[in-house]
Amino acid sequence: MLKRTPLYDSHISIGARMVEFAGWEMPVQYSSHVNEHMAVREAAGLFDVSHMGKIEIRGSDALAFTQRITSNDVSKLEDNQVQYSTLLNDDAGILDDLLVYRLNQEYFMLVVNAGTTVSDFEWIRNQVGPANAEVHNTSSAFALLALQGPQAEAILQPLTDHMLDRIPYYWSQRVHVDGIECHVSRTGYTGEDGFEIACYAVDARRLWNRLLITGSDRGLIPCGLAARNTLRLEAAYRLYGHDIDETTTPLEAGLGWVVKLAKGAFIGREALVKQKEEGLKRKLVGFEVLDRAPARDGYPMLLGDEQVGTVTSGSPAPYLKKNIGLAYVSVEHTSVGTELSVGIRGRNVPCRIVETPFHKRARKYD
Amino acid sequence: MANTPEDLSYTKDHEWVRTKGDEATVGITDHAQNQLGDVVYVELPKVGDKFEASEPFGSVESVKAVSEIYMPVGGKVIEVNESLNDSPEQVNEDPYGDGWMIRIKIDNPAQVDALLTAVEYEDYIKEEAAE
Repeated sequence: MLKRTPLYDSHISIGARMVEFAGWEMPVQYSSHVNEHMAVREAAGLFDVSHMGKIEIRGSDALAFTQRITSNDVSKLEDNQVQYSTLLNDDAGILDDLLVYRLNQEYFMLVVNAGTTVSDFEWIRNQVGPANAEVHNTSSAFALLALQGPQAEAILQPLTDHMLDRIPYYWSQRVHVDGIECHVSRTGYTGEDGFEIACYAVDARRLWNRLLITGSDRGLIPCGLAARNTLRLEAAYRLYGHDIDETTTPLEAGLGWVVKLAKGAFIGREALVKQKEEGLKRKLVGFEVLDRAPARDGYPMLLGDEQVGTVTSGSPAPYLKKNIGLAYVSVEHTSVGTELSVGIRGRNVPCRIVETPFHKRARKYD
Repeated sequence: MANTPEDLSYTKDHEWVRTKGDEATVGITDHAQNQLGDVVYVELPKVGDKFEASEPFGSVESVKAVSEIYMPVGGKVIEVNESLNDSPEQVNEDPYGDGWMIRIKIDNPAQVDALLTAVEYEDYIKEEAAE
C-alpha cells in the first residue's frame, strides 16, 4: 500500500497524474511538465513535498550530536538558520543529503529524503549512545509545501504579518500564513527564490488551496515531481539515489563545501581525510550533449570507445533548451571544456564538460 | 479521452498503422503522446532498414522519459518523417497526421489482421488504466 500525503485528495481533484515515488503516491504532473517547469522559472509553482522525512533531535546534547552525525559545521548555525549537509557512514558513503534546521541549541530538525527516512531514523537513533539526545520521526505530523519562483515572495507576503524580506536565503521563521501556524524557510530545490513551508498535516489542504488561489494572479500553478526533477537538474542539485548514495562520498559528488574537516570529529571524517590524501579517482561533473538526443541515467560516458564514466542524471533542460546531465567521470577527464562522448543506444554522441550550475538565478538574498 | 480514429489499426505498444495496399504508415497514438508528455526528440531508422514485427525501430523522448517504438508488422522502411527532427512537437499536436513516423512496405499483409481495431485498442487502454 503506497503512502499518501495530506494533499492526496487535492491532487486528484485537480486532475494530477499520480505515480509511485519512494513508496508514496505522488503527483508527477498536473498540466504539462514543461509548462510547470517554466512557471517556476518565470512566475511561481507550488509543490507538495510532504513525502520528505522530518526527524527531530532534542536534548541538551542535540547540538553536539547533530555535529557528530552530519558533515557540515552545525556550530556555525544560529537559531532559525538552515544548513545543507550530508549524513555519512564510517566509509564516508552518503546515507542521505538533508537540511538541518537549528530551532534552538537543544532542538534540531532534519529534513531528509522520502526513500531514506526510515533508514536514516534507525541509523541516527543507533548513534545516540550515552548522549542526551532524543530522536523522533515526526514525518507524518507535518505537511511540507514548496512555493518556488521569482513571484514566491509577492504571493506569500499578503498572507502573513511577518516581513518575508527579513528571512534571508537559508534562514527560517515561525510565522502564521493566513492564520495557519507554519515554519517558513527560504530554501528550495529548484534554483529559484522561494520558500518551503511546513504546517501541521491537518492544515495542509487549507494552506494549499489558499496559496493556489492567492497566487493565481501572479501565474502560480501546481507543479509535480517531473518539473521538480528537471528544475533541480538545471540547478545541478544532486538527487539522492541517482547522483549520490552509499557508494559515493561527498568529495566525489562535488559536495566538498558541506564537508568541514576542521570542525572536529564526525562520522565519516577519517575516510574523507584518507580520500583527500590519496586523491579522488572520479568526480561528479556537469555536461552538455552537443546533439539533439538527450542523455539519460545510466548511459556510458566515453573517450573514444573506452568507458570513462556513467551518467547519473540526464534530461532535456526545458528552460535552457539543451540536453544536460550529471555524470561520474574518471578524474583525469573532468576539467571544464573536456570533450567526451555519451553512448546513446550504441551511438557515440559528443558532449562537453561544463561549469555547474547549468542555470543560476540572480540571487536577491544571499 | 484519447482520440482513436476508427479507420486505423493499433498495437498494445501504442502504435497506430494506416494501411494502403502493401504499404503502411506508422506512428504513436494520441493516448501514447499524452502519457509521454512534451516530445522533444524522435529517433527514426533509415530508409531501407528492415524490421520484424515487434522489433524496436526507433525511440521517442519527452522531457521526462525515453520510450522505444515497435514495429507493428514486419517490413522495410520506405520513408521516414524527417520533419520530426526540427519539430518533434508534431507528435503531440497531430499524432495521426503530421506526427507520423515511418512508412513501410509490409512483408506479410496477414500480420495486419492480427492488430487491434480502434474499439479493441480503447478497451485495452481502459484495462491498462484500471490495473
